[in-house]
Order: sequence, then structure tokens, then C-alpha cells
Amino acid sequence: MPYEYPSVTAAPQSPGVPAATDSMVHARGLRKTFGSFEAVRGIDVDVHRGEAFGFLGPNGAGKSSTMRMIAAVSPVTAGTLRVLGMDPQTDGPLIRARLGVCPQEDSLDPDLRVRENLLVYGRYFGLSRRAVRARADELLEFAQLTDKAKAKVDDLSGGMKRRLTIARALINDPEILLLDEPTTGLDPQARHSLWDKLFRLKEQGVTIVLTTHYMDEAEQLCDRLVVMDKGAIAAEGSPLELIREHSTREVAELRFGVGQHEALAARVADLADRVEVLPDRLMLYTEHGEETLAQVHGRGLRPLAVLVRRSTLEDVFLKLTGRSLVD
Amino acid sequence: MSIAGAALVDAAGRRMGVTRSTGVLLGRHLTVFSRNWTFFVTGFAEPVLYLLSIGVGVGKLIPSFDVGGHTIAYAAFVAPGMLAASAMNGAVMDATFNVFFRLKYQKLYDQILATPLTTGDVARSEITWALLRGGVYSAGFLVVMSLFGLIHSWWALLALPAALLIGFAFGAVGMALTTFMKSWQDFEYITLSTVPMFLFSATFFPASTFPTWLQWVIDVTPLYRGVVLCRELTTGQVTWGSGISLVYLIVLGCLGMVLVGKRLERLLLT
Ligand SMILES: Nc1ncnc2c1ncn2[C@@H]1O[C@H](COP(=O)(O)OP(=O)(O)OP(=O)(O)O)[C@@H](O)[C@H]1O
Ligand SMILES: [Mg+2]
Repeated sequence: MPYEYPSVTAAPQSPGVPAATDSMVHARGLRKTFGSFEAVRGIDVDVHRGEAFGFLGPNGAGKSSTMRMIAAVSPVTAGTLRVLGMDPQTDGPLIRARLGVCPQEDSLDPDLRVRENLLVYGRYFGLSRRAVRARADELLEFAQLTDKAKAKVDDLSGGMKRRLTIARALINDPEILLLDEPTTGLDPQARHSLWDKLFRLKEQGVTIVLTTHYMDEAEQLCDRLVVMDKGAIAAEGSPLELIREHSTREVAELRFGVGQHEALAARVADLADRVEVLPDRLMLYTEHGEETLAQVHGRGLRPLAVLVRRSTLEDVFLKLTGRSLVD
Repeated sequence: MSIAGAALVDAAGRRMGVTRSTGVLLGRHLTVFSRNWTFFVTGFAEPVLYLLSIGVGVGKLIPSFDVGGHTIAYAAFVAPGMLAASAMNGAVMDATFNVFFRLKYQKLYDQILATPLTTGDVARSEITWALLRGGVYSAGFLVVMSLFGLIHSWWALLALPAALLIGFAFGAVGMALTTFMKSWQDFEYITLSTVPMFLFSATFFPASTFPTWLQWVIDVTPLYRGVVLCRELTTGQVTWGSGISLVYLIVLGCLGMVLVGKRLERLLLT
């Protein structure tokens, strides 16, 4: 049985009539410093209603710092930030009332049972007991946790905890859902099922802002994303645009014996738009992988293993920053 | 991120009163403690045991006792001291150990601050919970006192709000100190300050037994003010001095609460 996102009122918006605020998040020159350390160094971001927007970047890029500022729990150091058209500095409670937040670390209440976690959290939003009860049951169903309703939070698996955290973030019918690394630590199956649920939420009109260091996740979920590195934005666009702009259509990966890659790079350099040397392989960026491969063989080179694939955001990231995403 | 004008906004954008925004966190604690109500029993038993052993037991050796020109039984002297101390202990237990655990380990306040609630709401709710816990012990103790015939005035009815006020002052100051604590070792300081207060705040014997300079010190400690206030109420000897205790405890509690709000903001909204 497919689990529908309980549709109470997702982002009221009649077709053709622009909503009061179509700009859900608007940041200009946004900065965050901790002491003398600059975690976010002046970023510009716009997220529109109904969009799924991603922050992609390696550890320490400043993704969580940005998310916490958007969630109105971390004061902006400098620059402009508007969330739902309001200033977090002055209208924090009003903003937070309309946000759903799933922090990087699951922050469930271990003293409360699974269903109680939803009930109590809903009360923090000022929802009535009756409204919260009905909503909790829908969300348990949504998170496939109905039969765990009375379980202790500590007894849940990692994936179940994540689902409960996300379900909890939906208790107030948020207009923006902020997800900080929603699938880190989940097995592939759990990740796919979560993507499925997030996709459904998006179809219901919920604006999703997420962070991730998985390029496949960004490609699957995001309409638009920014690549973040060392507190700054390295590139911005849809996954396809980014790949088109910063990479070739295909990549031929060649593996030779350890230590030979550096030397061999020069011998194939003219066969591709760009050659990237990694410790364990050469990556040839090219429009037609198979043709390039044939040319490599034509030069008498015999790689131990080859792989021809389409370019991904990982390649974009590698090109922009010279590093891989997951280090 | 302002704690001033801390008003809860519900999902429909309505601002809600302080009572409701305080109530929701109390509701959470009630849910948790309805399963662990045995915790409550120890806090209740302690002052009753002191009353029985010292007030009644030792009291047998002290036929009567002179307080401010009135002669009362020793047990009637000790009982209001235990009343005030139980309010202090109940509130301090919650506002220090439990708050530290929720703050550092459970990250409960991080969860709460992601909702429309503010640090001011957290401060107010936690201190209210602490004073209610102290108040429950005190109410139970007042019943025990009346059963033992240790209440001599209708003023004693006001001893319960007085006990709540003691809980408020100690809850607020205790929680404020807790926000500065780094590890469980630091809680030695709490014990180091509550135990002497418990022993020397005119709980078991009048402060007049001390040298004058020490009396001055004791005079400004919060438990002493609470003990004196409770004693004045249960023995029916209310004076202008009672008003001073009242104002002292209110001011202390309010200062503590404001400090808690500021500290939580510093610690959590980074
Ligand atoms: N409260 C804080 N105090 C001091 N430094 C901090 C604080 N929070 C974050 N930082 C620093 O800011 C930088 C960015 O951290 P942030 O958590 O935003 O990165 P991230 O992109 O979310 O990384 P990850 O993928 O590991 O979650 C890091 O170098 C981190 O050490
Ligand atoms: Mg992070």
C-alpha cells in the first residue's frame, strides 16, 4: 500500500495567482563566523516555492552552518537573510512556526515513546491535543512506524530514527522542510525509500532544502543546487546544467598499475578534453567514452580495468575544487 | 532570537500567551514523570524522616523552645525549616542535575528551540517545573505537619505559596549556575552550598547561637530567608520582616530566570 503524505494544507496557492511570498529563502552576502573562523563566507542563495534545493559539499563546507541560520536558530554574522520573507533576527518564532527541521544529528526525545515524540513536538508548535493526535497517526503511517508507536526511541534502528525525525518535522505542516544530510548512515534501500517519500512531499507542494555529500542524492532530489566548498559557493544550477557546464558528457576511467598513472597521463592527454590523475586511476573527460577508449588502445596502452560512464556531479565537484566529495 | 516578548506562535501564526508556551514543556515532563513517579517519593520522604528523627526524637530532650518571645515545641520549630528545605531540595534537584542532562546529553533544548518556542520559554518552563516539584514535596509535608499538630495559625495556608516561592528562587539560581557547568564534577559545588544552608539556616537551631558577623552572612542566604518566612507563617508570627524575605526571594528568582534565558541563548543559539 502506498503511503500518501497526509495532505492537510500544503502550501496554499491557487494556480495563476502568485503567492504572497514566492521567495522562500533569500540570502545575499550571507556570512557566519565562529570566533575568528569563517564557516560561511558571503553566499547568495534563492530558493523558490515548491522547489527542492540542495547544498552539496564535503565535510566542513559550511552546509550545516547555513542551514542553522535559515532555521532561525543561529544568528547571522553579516549579510541579508530572509526566510518566508521575514528576518530571522526579529521574527524567529514566526519563521520557525512554518518550518520543519531535520537536523544532522537525530535529536529525538529519548524519554518519550515513538508516538509521544510526535505528540509532544506538535504541542511545542501550539497545536491542540486533538489536532496533534490525528496528525501523529497520519505521520506514523507515513513513516511506516505505526506498529512501533509505543516503542522506545532508543530501540529503533538508525533508519527508523531518521524517518521519525522527518515525520516529526512535518507535524506542523511546514512550508519549508530543512533536511541536513537526511540519508547519511542509511543503507541503500532505506535511502531509496526516503527519497521516495521526499519526492512525494515535494509533489504536495512542500519546499525542500537539503544538504548532502552524496552526488546521487543531489541528482535524484534537487531541482537546483549549489556546490559549496570552504564556506563559498563554487557553482550553481540544476544537476544537468552543472554537468553540462563543468564537465563533458562521458568519462573514461582507466586503471593501470599503482604509480604509473602520473606518467601515463601525458600519453593520453590529447585524447580527451581534460585528464584528471587520481592515485588509483586516470579519468578522461570526453564526449564519447568508447571512442576515446579505442584510441587509448590504439596507442598500445593496456589498462588493467576500464569503465566508461556518464559524467556526474562528483566530476563537477572534482573539477571545481580538485577534491572528491566524500573524503 | 529575542527572549524579550517571548511569545509562542502557533502554526497558524497566532501569538499565544506565556501560560500556554510554558505549559507545553510542563506537559512533556508530566508525560515522562507519569511513568517514573517513584522518583517523587524519595524527595517527599527525606524531610519527613528528618522531622521524625530530629524534630520529634531530639525534641523529646528539649521540652520547649523560645522563639521571638513565644514558647513553642521543638518539633514546631524544626518543621517549617524542613518545609523550606524540601522546597529547596526539590527545586534544586530538578534545576541542576536534570537540566544539565537535558541540556548536554539529551539536547532537549536544541529540539525545542527549533520550534516557535524561545530560550525565555525554556527558562520559564524549567523553573516552573522545578518549583512545582518542590511545591509538591512541600504540600505533602504541610499535610504531615498538620497531622502532627505542628501548625498553629491560619497563616500556615500561605506557607504553600511561600514554599513555591522558595522553589522559584532556588530553581532559577540553580538552573542559572547549571548553565555554567562543564561536567558532573562541578555539581560538587551545588552540594557544597546546599548542605551548609540546610544545616545552618536556622533549620535545627536559631541563628542567634552564632557570632554576630556570621549571623549577618546567614541573614542574606536564600534558604534562611525561606525558613524564617515559613516559620513566621506556620507559627502565626507574621511581621514586616516576612515582607523582606518575600521581596528577596522574588527578586532572586527573577534575576536567575533572566540570566538563564541569556545563558541558553549564548550556549545554544550559536
Ligand atoms: N559552533 C561552532 N563553533 C565553532 N566552529 C564551528 C561551529 N559550528 C561549525 N563550526 C565550523 O564551521 C565549519 C563548517 O561547519 P559545518 O558544520 O557548517 O559544515 P558542514 O558542511 O555541515 O560539514 P559536514 O558535512 O561535516 O556536516 C567547520 O570547520 C566547523 O568546524
Ligand atoms: Mg553538516
